[in-house]
Amino acid sequence: MVQFTLPKNSKIKTGKTWPKPEGATNVRKFQIYRWNPDDGQNPQVDTYFVDMDSCGPMILDALIKIKNEIDPTLTFRRSCREGICGSCAMNIDGINTLACIYGMDEVKGDVKIYPLPHMPVVKDLIPDLTHFYAQHASIMPWLETKTNRPQKEWRQSIEDRKKLDGLYECVMCASCSTSCPSYWWNGDRYLGPAALLHAYRWIIDSRDEATPERLDDLEDPFKLYRCHTIMNCAKTCPKGLNPAKAIAEIKKMMVERAV
Amino acid sequence: MADVNRGNRPLSPHLQIYRPQLTSITSILTRITGNALLVGAILVVWWFLAAASGPEYFAFADGIITSWLGDLVMFGSVWALWYHALAGVRHLIWDTGRGLELPVAMKLGWAAIIGSVVLTILTVIVI
Repeated sequence: MVQFTLPKNSKIKTGKTWPKPEGATNVRKFQIYRWNPDDGQNPQVDTYFVDMDSCGPMILDALIKIKNEIDPTLTFRRSCREGICGSCAMNIDGINTLACIYGMDEVKGDVKIYPLPHMPVVKDLIPDLTHFYAQHASIMPWLETKTNRPQKEWRQSIEDRKKLDGLYECVMCASCSTSCPSYWWNGDRYLGPAALLHAYRWIIDSRDEATPERLDDLEDPFKLYRCHTIMNCAKTCPKGLNPAKAIAEIKKMMVERAV
Repeated sequence: MADVNRGNRPLSPHLQIYRPQLTSITSILTRITGNALLVGAILVVWWFLAAASGPEYFAFADGIITSWLGDLVMFGSVWALWYHALAGVRHLIWDTGRGLELPVAMKLGWAAIIGSVVLTILTVIVI
């Protein structure tokens, strides 16, 4: 359902301003969304000041520095620090991206950091991705075959393998789906750009033999057709992929098999 | 998975914090102009009906439609019509699977915005 405002328990209050680092001359202001599941309070935005002269270049470096030196309770996911695990996806300066590969120099002014939009918050910058993962699982993200298993591997021509470029690189960070207004309003039933990009990745895989079943499953007013080509997904993807194009290709296949 | 206080989890902010994108603005404008045009079309139909129902009522309706407010609504409707038409063409191109690469999609978006303004001015000059 479309609800433009935040529910009562989600309204954001002004939070604590943490002291500036002593003796630092080159400080940058960070405004970060906080929510603690244990204190019964509404979410708040805390203000931190980070010494840029002793901080790495990426947003994630600043978050880790805050956690190490200012406020150890600040909670966020991170792992690989090189844009391959997809853990540190969050809303930085108004767009969704990975904190580890988003440079501090790409943000003008104060750095505002929120969790991925329109998701239930587990704590601070950590959204609950249970539903997002369940949607991914629902598109059968594996090679589905019917013919007898070959003696060695399932082979694929170089041309057919090329069709997977721009799709297989997805790291499931959820930046795209949570940037999509359609997913915000109908995320319970609309699969969202990430799951649909993965669906297409298996549909056009030359080795996969379940294309009709896959298309049958997607032929649904909500699962697929809530995509209105808004293209926030392609705009925000930290890996430079284009889920909107993948979804358009699925829609085309739907028409082609019907006529 | 740790099921911590699941019932009371807040919803993270969305519209409130997401920076408006050319892609999202052109999309929502298509919807807004489409709905606004419905209202504009009803106004025009009302004007015609008034003309059919008699000179007195037509004078009343015509007075409203040609007032400065009516002019403003009609001028807005001309722009809405052009924008909605151009955005519609953009969607037709997309439906063929073309023009979805981000730089092209952005250019098409600007084309719809700038094109609709130019065509509106031209229309007003011609009429």
